Amino acid sequence: MSRITQRLFGRPKAEKSAELTRPLRLATPGVASAPWVRPSEPPQLFAGCAQSIGLQRNHNEDGLFVLTSTLVSNKSAAPFGLYIVADGMGGHRHGEVASGAAVRVMASYVVRRLFTPLVTSNTDAHIEFIQEVMRQGVHDANRVILKEAPGGGTTLTAVLVLGDQLTIAHVGDSRAYTVSAKGELLALTNDHSLVRRLEELGQITAEEAAVHPQRNVLYRALGQGEPFDPDVSTSPVPENGYLLLCSDGLWGVVPEETILRLILSTPTPEQACQGMVDAANSAGGPDNITAILVRMPVQPA
Amino acid sequence: MDSNASSESSPQLRPGATLANRYLIQGAIGVGGMGAVYRARDLHFPNVVKLVAVKEMIIQASDLLVRKTIVRNFEREANLLATLDHRSISRIYDYFSLNERSYLVLEFINGKDLEAILNDSEGPLSEERVIGWAVELCDVLQYLHTHQPEPIIFRDMKPSNVMINTHDHVILIDFGIAKHFQGGQQRGTMIGTEGYSPPEQYRGEATPQADIYAMGATLHHLLTRRDPRLEPPFSFGERPIRKINPLVSPELEEVIVTALQYNPEDRFPTSLAMKEALLVAARKTGLLPRISRSGAATSDENIKPIWSFECGDEIRGSPAFQENIVYVGSYDHNLYALEAATGKFIWKYPTDAGIVSKPVVYENNVFFGSEDHRLHVVLVRNGKVNWTYFTNGPVRSSPHIAEGHIFIGSDDGFLHAVNTVTGRRAWQVEAGAPIRSTPLAGHESVYFGTEDGELFCVLFNGVIKWRFKARRAITSSPVFSQGLVYVGSMDATLYAIDAKTGWVTWRFRLGKASISTPCVMENRIFTGAADGIIYCVEANTAKEVWRFATQHQVTGSPLVYKDSLYCGSVDGYLYCLEHSTGRLRWKFKTQGPITGTPVASDDVVYIGSTDHRLYALMA
Repeated sequence: MSRITQRLFGRPKAEKSAELTRPLRLATPGVASAPWVRPSEPPQLFAGCAQSIGLQRNHNEDGLFVLTSTLVSNKSAAPFGLYIVADGMGGHRHGEVASGAAVRVMASYVVRRLFTPLVTSNTDAHIEFIQEVMRQGVHDANRVILKEAPGGGTTLTAVLVLGDQLTIAHVGDSRAYTVSAKGELLALTNDHSLVRRLEELGQITAEEAAVHPQRNVLYRALGQGEPFDPDVSTSPVPENGYLLLCSDGLWGVVPEETILRLILSTPTPEQACQGMVDAANSAGGPDNITAILVRMPVQPA
Repeated sequence: MDSNASSESSPQLRPGATLANRYLIQGAIGVGGMGAVYRARDLHFPNVVKLVAVKEMIIQASDLLVRKTIVRNFEREANLLATLDHRSISRIYDYFSLNERSYLVLEFINGKDLEAILNDSEGPLSEERVIGWAVELCDVLQYLHTHQPEPIIFRDMKPSNVMINTHDHVILIDFGIAKHFQGGQQRGTMIGTEGYSPPEQYRGEATPQADIYAMGATLHHLLTRRDPRLEPPFSFGERPIRKINPLVSPELEEVIVTALQYNPEDRFPTSLAMKEALLVAARKTGLLPRISRSGAATSDENIKPIWSFECGDEIRGSPAFQENIVYVGSYDHNLYALEAATGKFIWKYPTDAGIVSKPVVYENNVFFGSEDHRLHVVLVRNGKVNWTYFTNGPVRSSPHIAEGHIFIGSDDGFLHAVNTVTGRRAWQVEAGAPIRSTPLAGHESVYFGTEDGELFCVLFNGVIKWRFKARRAITSSPVFSQGLVYVGSMDATLYAIDAKTGWVTWRFRLGKASISTPCVMENRIFTGAADGIIYCVEANTAKEVWRFATQHQVTGSPLVYKDSLYCGSVDGYLYCLEHSTGRLRWKFKTQGPITGTPVASDDVVYIGSTDHRLYALMA
């Protein structure tokens, strides 16, 4: 017996355990409140998205990926969702190439390492650790960007919804939010922006941050060539609520109250996203705008 | 992390190629964001092998005018650097631009940079060595900062830019000349080496204080082994050096803290001043004794138990508390019931073998297992047997009661579900290996670990829902919080597993095997391991919050009670730590290893020891 367990179990002259004689026996013997939202069977994710180049840019440098799947089989029934937003930067189209690569590489990595094994339900397959897959996906995306778009960079915010948990991998200043069944909007991510950090340290106020000359400067993004670590965390899904991903072309332009109102009052996620994009353009559309909204499976009360 | 400073731009010049008709490339010695660095031989010296380092920078601008500007700026700076003469600065021999690339030809340094030295070592670097390098760095910075006619600010101090040659001397390489090649400011500009840069550098201000900050950041990284680029900027205060590496002297820590002050005027006014402070610290260090691993010693004599009770043999398991009575099993075969307030003996109940199991009190009965193969159910009021249930092997698991059933594992390889009223088995599940961990009953299922390393999820009707396999035994018991099940394994890993699907969300590497059951409190998981360390890990992100080292294995489980964490160690001590910070409040010494878990109620903590005693201490 290993030394660590010796102190707990038995004595040097420990008795032998008796043979197993009994046969195996099995047992005998246990938002969300909108009118258009009804519980469904099987539980499903319902996603929509919208994008706009905005009114002041002439390229779209935002990348986007939406994958929603529902599987019911003899082996399992669980919804699976993967949602990704990337906001590229850098001249000479490097921004587009960077955000596109980020989204493609991250999506294909997670699909290959988590989605495919889940669907094939191959119990012999080595089941990956979820947070590690998400982290590795981001690092792979970074490597590809350094190769295909040197000098370009991008943010990356990816959310995986699997069963009752959501796992986020995040770098930069695109954002993910949840909306609870009670209608509260809560940010899941921290912006990796310099002004946000200065605000945290109490060096500047929120008002000063909004007009700071370096308010667009990020201290962490993909494509840098320096060591970095994405923020990865897992938390329970907002039951009967929503998940929102967006680039700063939305959150930096449209107030959160407006975003929340649109989410709670629009029948479909796709229409809500379109509403958010329209709101950003009405406010001047200074940047590319991307929004992905996912309604969580509606549970019976 | 995989994405170290190497980019995927593969070296363009192959070994054997000759550059500019003069430099014979021998091979690439590094790949940076802007291009590669090569070792080459200068063919202008045919009679000797003169080695040089050739740094290649790719001009990434398509606009001709922008390209010309980049090259001109580069050449102007290279020209300036070529005039420098200091033993800690690698000489620049030549510079030129060719085919959309610019080249810097430098003295070749035989040695390793500080980043490589750190990566190639396992434990902390010695304070003497680090102070030695720091003093040389101050010298070279002083030389640069007092350069005439204009002070030169290095601006790119970081471990990978500091080479240590074969004589253990410092040589600065890379004067950030590559920044000319980084492209213009865009919306959402990213920044490079930012972990080491001071706040004012973002505003474009470059003063000698900026280099001093960066040097402090470099030293902080060397002594803590924590890369500042993986943390939010300017967050050194959140990672005090001596908290992470208690071997560092307080004097040296203070010098670095001064260098890392947010406001430039609060740092050292000159590199010379910092060097003086370092020398003072070095002189003092020779005189200071080492600080003990457990942090500030708290006098043990002041901690006295309220009472203690002696059994006939070791107490290896954990006590239970219910309605002013403490129940504990001993290896002397007996289960004891004692008055919680005084330790007065009420009754004892004999079994036929040692008891490791933690008792559970439910509806006037005490339930517990014994190595005599049985689950015993004893009346609370008088210690007389109510009924017993036989398994086919010693019972070392503790029972868990839910939904009117007792779930208990046995060394016979089965999880037994027994009706609390009738004493009849409802079902049993074959796990194929001894079960010593306490089962956990959740919303619809029961979770338990086996000595084969499996964690089972079984529905209340006995049907197996999923199984997870670790590499070694799971002797600790699982705990549940927010949809995830946390459990440690003898494979030295703490796992977080999705309760519904059995998918592992994350794993956290411990130093050694763990049989300690994790304790969950708010968003934190606490557990111990055979490396003697009590860990605190953040539940969502698997990041270590703090760790506390005891003198021997931690096999019992921690308990969080009010704002303290209590945990015993094989070193015989019961430790009381502040659970938010891991700071030691007090420790109490028993005469033998502690392998059980404490229980607490009404500001009293109860813990058993293999010194045969059960102790009651003020919480």
